[in-house]
Amino acid sequence: MTMSVAMTVNGKAVSGNVEARTLLVQFLREHLGMTGTHVGCDTSQCGACVVHVDGVSVKACTMLAVQAEGSKVTTIEGLAASPEKLHPMQEAFRENHGLQCGFCTPGMVMSAIDLVKRHNYAVTEEIVRHGLEGNLCRCTGYHNIVKSILAGAQAMKAAGV
Amino acid sequence: MGNVKIGERVQRKEDRRFLTGSGRYVDDLQLARVTYAYFLRSPHAHAKIRKIDTSKAAASVGVVQIFTGKDVAEAKVGGLICGWVVKDKHGNPHKAPAHPAMAADTVRHVGDTVAMVIAATADQARDAAEKIEVDYEVLPAQINLAGALDPKAPQVHADAPGNLCYDWELGDKAAVDAAFAKAAHVTKLDLVNNRLVPNAMEPRAAAAEYDRGTGNYTLYTTSQNPHVARLVLSAFVLGIPEHKLRVIAPDVGGGFGSKIFIYPEETMLTWAAGKIGRSIKWTAERSESFMTDAHGRDHVTHAELALDAKGKILAFKVDTIANLGAYLSTFATAVPTYLYATLLAGQYTTPVIYCNVRAAFTHTTPVDAYRGAGRPEATYVVESIVSKAAREMKIDSAELRRRNYIAKDAFPYQTPVALTYDSGNYAPILDQAMKLADYAGIDARKAAAKAKGKLRGIGVCSYIEACGIAPSAVVGSLGAGVGLWESAQLKFNPTGNLQILTGSHSHGQGHETTFAQIVSDKLGIPLDQIEVVHGDTDKVPFGMGTYGSRSLPVGGSAIMKAADKIIAKGKKVAAHLMEAAEADIVFENGTFKVTGTDKAVPLGQAVFAAYVPHNYPADLEPGMDENAFYDPSNFTYPSGTQICEVEVDPDTGVVDIVNFVAVDDFGNIVNPMVVEGQVHGGIVQGVGQALLENAAYDEKTGQLISGSYMDYTMPRADDVPSFKLGYEVTPCPHNPLGVKGCGEAGAIAAPAAVMNAVRDALAAVGAQDRIEMPATPQRVWAAINAH
Repeated sequence: MTMSVAMTVNGKAVSGNVEARTLLVQFLREHLGMTGTHVGCDTSQCGACVVHVDGVSVKACTMLAVQAEGSKVTTIEGLAASPEKLHPMQEAFRENHGLQCGFCTPGMVMSAIDLVKRHNYAVTEEIVRHGLEGNLCRCTGYHNIVKSILAGAQAMKAAGV
Repeated sequence: MGNVKIGERVQRKEDRRFLTGSGRYVDDLQLARVTYAYFLRSPHAHAKIRKIDTSKAAASVGVVQIFTGKDVAEAKVGGLICGWVVKDKHGNPHKAPAHPAMAADTVRHVGDTVAMVIAATADQARDAAEKIEVDYEVLPAQINLAGALDPKAPQVHADAPGNLCYDWELGDKAAVDAAFAKAAHVTKLDLVNNRLVPNAMEPRAAAAEYDRGTGNYTLYTTSQNPHVARLVLSAFVLGIPEHKLRVIAPDVGGGFGSKIFIYPEETMLTWAAGKIGRSIKWTAERSESFMTDAHGRDHVTHAELALDAKGKILAFKVDTIANLGAYLSTFATAVPTYLYATLLAGQYTTPVIYCNVRAAFTHTTPVDAYRGAGRPEATYVVESIVSKAAREMKIDSAELRRRNYIAKDAFPYQTPVALTYDSGNYAPILDQAMKLADYAGIDARKAAAKAKGKLRGIGVCSYIEACGIAPSAVVGSLGAGVGLWESAQLKFNPTGNLQILTGSHSHGQGHETTFAQIVSDKLGIPLDQIEVVHGDTDKVPFGMGTYGSRSLPVGGSAIMKAADKIIAKGKKVAAHLMEAAEADIVFENGTFKVTGTDKAVPLGQAVFAAYVPHNYPADLEPGMDENAFYDPSNFTYPSGTQICEVEVDPDTGVVDIVNFVAVDDFGNIVNPMVVEGQVHGGIVQGVGQALLENAAYDEKTGQLISGSYMDYTMPRADDVPSFKLGYEVTPCPHNPLGVKGCGEAGAIAAPAAVMNAVRDALAAVGAQDRIEMPATPQRVWAAINAH
């Protein structure tokens, strides 16, 4: 049985017919062809699929597409103002070598932005490390991710985003 | 981005696409008329397949085709191969039992492939697979490694009696025994090197296409070495001619060894795509990755170290049982032998060494190379026993190491276990590490910790590794089925921009930046005019791929060699254009100059002249496009010292890493930013092994207990600290970049550094010999409270 679903993704109205069991991440990847959001596990542990739903970070593998009906969804593809102008958090990851293979990166960046906002930009290494417990990275050893997020928090504050 | 030099912290060219969700990993590919595969897997560790009934599944919605092991056997699809023949102590080749891509009559580990369902959607394939009825006759399984060689153990393969793959040795046993007889002190140690699951964040995936018109196959796969995958699938498994199979490894989300190997799934996909004439895609679920990605480590070892009264090492003997799992993975046999026992000299002048390795089959997931591959296991044995000897002899553990280091003027240094170390200077590395770690202040910190009821410990690990794998003739003489050179092509376009085609594959290492960086330095071309192309067998001439920290020392050297050919040809063109003798032309900063004059031709002008050869040397071929193959003359030998400091809470058993220092000698460094990232990542994988990770099986049923991220403790950001890094540089003397490789060092050294620190902390309560990896809170608490 299929159900119709409509939402806003990165500012654009989208809709589709999905099976009831379709996850939000499947809707994004398979129905909309937006493959920036990744799937790294099957137990909602790795965080590669983190997106923002109505401004809050959500693991898109734990939410059915139909649960996002009417929501405003932001994915990694919707962060940068233009291909040249990255979001300050994306730029901070680039400057601080906060990524290697890039697979966990979309989820890391989306989690990081929400983390920084939740703490009103006042993050410390301890807050960042604790706040990342829902995001796994196997490449970086987290050192440069933590550095990126601390720098990104400053840059977000300065840019007022 | 303008010109850059070797040694600069150049930001990565690849980052923009990864940061904007524009990477293209295998699962992101959208193929026309694609179908989806789901693999039905054995729930048993060992069973006979009496019957498979696929009739209900075949009638399920969306199903295109179902294949079983019987279909594969009837089609005479070749089995998966092991590409390295190890000869046992009697000169006989290792036992090589068949490894069918799908099990026809017997399953040998939980997760063994039983059937492949192809359907219109992934969900339909999975739904249908649930309707397949398999009648299993469950048999006793051998899970535990220590008991695998027991004559009464259940047998994994009829043609490997006693579950023994090989009984192998290296070194001079008689000389070792004689040295032990004269020793003032002998330290004995039993160790378990715990089994790990590699866990690249991108699960393995594949997509196969078959073109009926041409008979050509294309396989997209998560591979660290697409040309090797093509070679193995063509020549040994599927029989598709090599030129009719294109293998593409696009963006790959980490490998750590697990994506070197040729697995059943991509084999089946390629074969089945030809059978059904449609594209097929498969992406592993994480639970499948746990069950079927080749695991790492898994040794049980007894070691003994003989020393004189002053702590000088006289001899070393090691007896290891290595787990190979249920089948031989692609390079499984080499890991516990030539990548392990050859490293047992470490950084020391140990005059005689003997190592015996018995490799066993068990009803578990196959084991193969995982970041470091054999070298972490060797380092863990050497560095654990050296620290234990120091404790027993009441010599400071850093000092005991220093007394035994190979001196800086002793290189090239022939060890008693086959390798010839090319270069190194170990003592300054230790000095720097001790300074960064404030080694001198440890007693005060121990006292302060004790005052608040905690146990402090410090651990040193001085590692050596052999990487830049490897001289073809050497590995060939040791049983490798391939040569381990690398290829490169530097292809200029008439407009002056450049493509570097490399046989190395980047899956996080940043080759698109560092390879461009070395060419920008060498040829004086802006970084943004250089594109690195990798991972496609139809584009890149050939490649042996990325593993064993070989990309820069071997792949980078091939690029340098091709660049030399570009300069040599450019000189001829420039000499002609400037009406000068070729011998008078020098190449500096991207420009050909006539010595002693102000005449100059930029490289771009020479390139243009080579493609538009209106005014051009008569005897010179047009074009500026050079190929090079580089075969190293020796391994490279990165070395370093890590110092870890921990604080243990005796009430909870929690180990907190309070300081972690790594000082490495990687030879010359191309991009320090990338190197630091490699070290950080490696250290955390090593910390994971020491404190958190364990592939634990139920010893009766063979179920992988730690088979998901709910159960397998991956290191998270709050499990680890930030790190202090330092470098010493002794350039590699035998490759053009003077580089040694940095990809594995962190993972090689960290387990011993951490465990030596934990043991040092536990020594205060006499529990230092009661702890194995991973030193989880439960184990640490139990060690402290054992009576």
